[in-house]
Amino acid sequence: MQNPYLPYPVRIDNVTIATEDKSLKTFKFIFLDPNDEKKFAYKAGQFAELSVPGKGEIPIGIASSPTEKGFVMFTVFKVGLVTAYLHNMKAGDIMGIRGPLGNSYPWDLLQGKNIVIIGGGFAFTTLRSSIVYMLDPANRPKFKDIHVIYGARSPGMLLYKDELAEWERRDDINIHMTVDRTDDPNWKYNVGFVPTITEKKAPSASPDTYAIICGPPVMIKFTQPVLEKLGYDHDHIIMSLENRMKCGIGMCGRCNIGKELVCKDGPVFTLSELNRTPREY
Amino acid sequence: MMVVKIDKQKWSSGINQLKSTYDVYGPAKQGKTYEFQKLGSEQLPDLTVQNTTLSPKSIVFPQSEKMFSFHTDENKSGHHILKEMNNQSMPKAVLGIRPCDAKAFQLVKLNFDTCEYKDPYWIRAYESTTLIGLACNNPCSTCFCTSTGCGPFSETGLDVLLMDQGDSFIAKSLTPKGENLLKTATWSDSFDPATAESILKSGKEKAESKIASRVKTDQLASKSIMKIYEAPFWDDVAFSCINCGTCTFSCPTCWCFDIQDETKGCQGIRTRNWDTCMSPLFTLHGSGHNPRGEKTSRVRQRFMHKLKYFLDKYNQGIMCVGCGRCVRLCPVNIDIRQICNMMNSYQPS
Ligand SMILES: Cc1cc2nc3c(=O)[nH]c(=O)nc-3n(C[C@H](O)[C@H](O)[C@H](O)COP(=O)(O)OP(=O)(O)OC[C@H]3O[C@@H](n4cnc5c(N)ncnc54)[C@H](O)[C@@H]3O)c2cc1C
Ligand code: SF4
Ligand code: SF4
Ligand code: FES
Repeated sequence: MQNPYLPYPVRIDNVTIATEDKSLKTFKFIFLDPNDEKKFAYKAGQFAELSVPGKGEIPIGIASSPTEKGFVMFTVFKVGLVTAYLHNMKAGDIMGIRGPLGNSYPWDLLQGKNIVIIGGGFAFTTLRSSIVYMLDPANRPKFKDIHVIYGARSPGMLLYKDELAEWERRDDINIHMTVDRTDDPNWKYNVGFVPTITEKKAPSASPDTYAIICGPPVMIKFTQPVLEKLGYDHDHIIMSLENRMKCGIGMCGRCNIGKELVCKDGPVFTLSELNRTPREY
Repeated sequence: MMVVKIDKQKWSSGINQLKSTYDVYGPAKQGKTYEFQKLGSEQLPDLTVQNTTLSPKSIVFPQSEKMFSFHTDENKSGHHILKEMNNQSMPKAVLGIRPCDAKAFQLVKLNFDTCEYKDPYWIRAYESTTLIGLACNNPCSTCFCTSTGCGPFSETGLDVLLMDQGDSFIAKSLTPKGENLLKTATWSDSFDPATAESILKSGKEKAESKIASRVKTDQLASKSIMKIYEAPFWDDVAFSCINCGTCTFSCPTCWCFDIQDETKGCQGIRTRNWDTCMSPLFTLHGSGHNPRGEKTSRVRQRFMHKLKYFLDKYNQGIMCVGCGRCVRLCPVNIDIRQICNMMNSYQPS
């Protein structure tokens, strides 16, 4: 019997500071056994349990894309026990990764559609995975227009800045970056909260247009009515939840919203699915 | 199926025989209460007790269980890599388990043995355990097993059903595992199966007629989750609860657990431990946000999980076998029978 709690051993390949306040770091991992990388075949939107022996495990969205080979990448915000320890780890350290876990964004459904990605703060990790995946030359023809609305408190708090700049220069994706406020004279993008920018920049609704939203609860709370105003059906609004987790495989019982287990039946749900469950997230 | 009669003299010699092949568990006095324990070499199960205070779930699902070991000494090979522990033990035989507690294992199996993932710890322990159930001739006043798809003579989940006949037991094997156990114990005095069935049938009718306590569950499936969730009675239900977790710890169908690492020097183990949805820590995020931060939401979670979410998810009835433990043990007398009836009869206005 395969043990679903047993992580794959990995080595930290490199750690980079992701935001100016150093509260987020990006980790690249390499599997000690190259065969494990094949077993860890994932889709954008899935997550993994990062396992630090002696400290514990934490569920973290996979920030690399399935089209990127040779490593897996995660961006971690420092909040508590395991994340703080992880922030002090360095290249060469050995730990574990368990997964991939959860469903993913509904890629079959999204084929041939316009995609609007709306992200706020550090919940941009699986969205990065999705963008890189869609922009892969083999995949880009499968999608129509791609819009990305991404906001952070200040320019220095945006994740993956180099890539954002690179995407900004492309003509097959529309990037709308925004910050809450800035006194940086070189900031040439939007200023304002994500819901406001969504109202201005998001394409209007159509049966062929799906929105994927990830962000702090307050951003989601104010973006949802904007999308409704633009005419988006609730089954065209896709969200990813972050309930507290342990097992990640539907067994330990803590992550449920109603009868759905966020770790196994989610973390990705449409808003119309969420309307039918208790708001325990 | 095989039916044998076990003379009470042969009962003890058979049990001692079993101990060379199985770890034998049975109810035994422990301080002021009775609990399932591993029986010592000459010890017999005490079958005078109606049921144990805690459920026998810990025999398959220990309150604390080692999952992996590791070491963090970077000078030695294999550091920071988890290794599976050898949790192998003798097969287990549980003598005198009540039908409700045996059925509970079958309900819990739906959680641990899924098509996507198999929990190796639970499944291995369950598969190596033989359950020898004792039919309840005298159910407790708090039992409501006949309302939960179970009953004092229910055979679901058992390998052998025993009925106490005064100076002997009638033993009916229900699975090959059960048959093996009877053979190992050399309990082989055959008994006419048709006579056995009729004795069991009248015993069953008599025992069932003693169960006065009933709950209604027939309307639960047709009601929407959101309607019952939003019912106005949850604050009242939760009012006196002190979130002590007694109900979840004693319940045979509660399985929630936590995973923790423990270290001493460079050595460490990853363990899993029973947890409870009654604790606010159960769902607390690192950020401080808590989706079930209010007491009412936790009490509601327990009853909704048992009586509605589980029912909707698996279509195998409610996640309660009617053992009555939580009813007997709750320090503030919160009674699942009453809450189940409220949920079942609730008509949103
Ligand atoms: C599907 C999913 C994807 C996530 N993706 C990311 C990501 O890409 N980047 C990121 O920085 N964070 C992400 N999180 C949140 C992250 O899991 C928590 O911040 C982290 O578990 C906190 O761990 P800690 O030990 O530092 O905190 P502590 O407060 O010390 O937590 C102790 C334990 O509680 C659990 N826990 C606490 N908070 C959470 C939480 N919010 N979600 C789940 N489990 C929790 C963990 O098991 C943790 O080890 C994600 C959560 C989920 C569920
Ligand atoms: S035993 Fe009673 S008081 Fe304790 S948590 Fe359960 S319902 Fe609440
Ligand atoms: S909920 Fe109460 S009555 Fe039902 S199985 Fe659990 S302890 Fe027994
Ligand atoms: S994290 Fe254990 S059930 Fe979802």
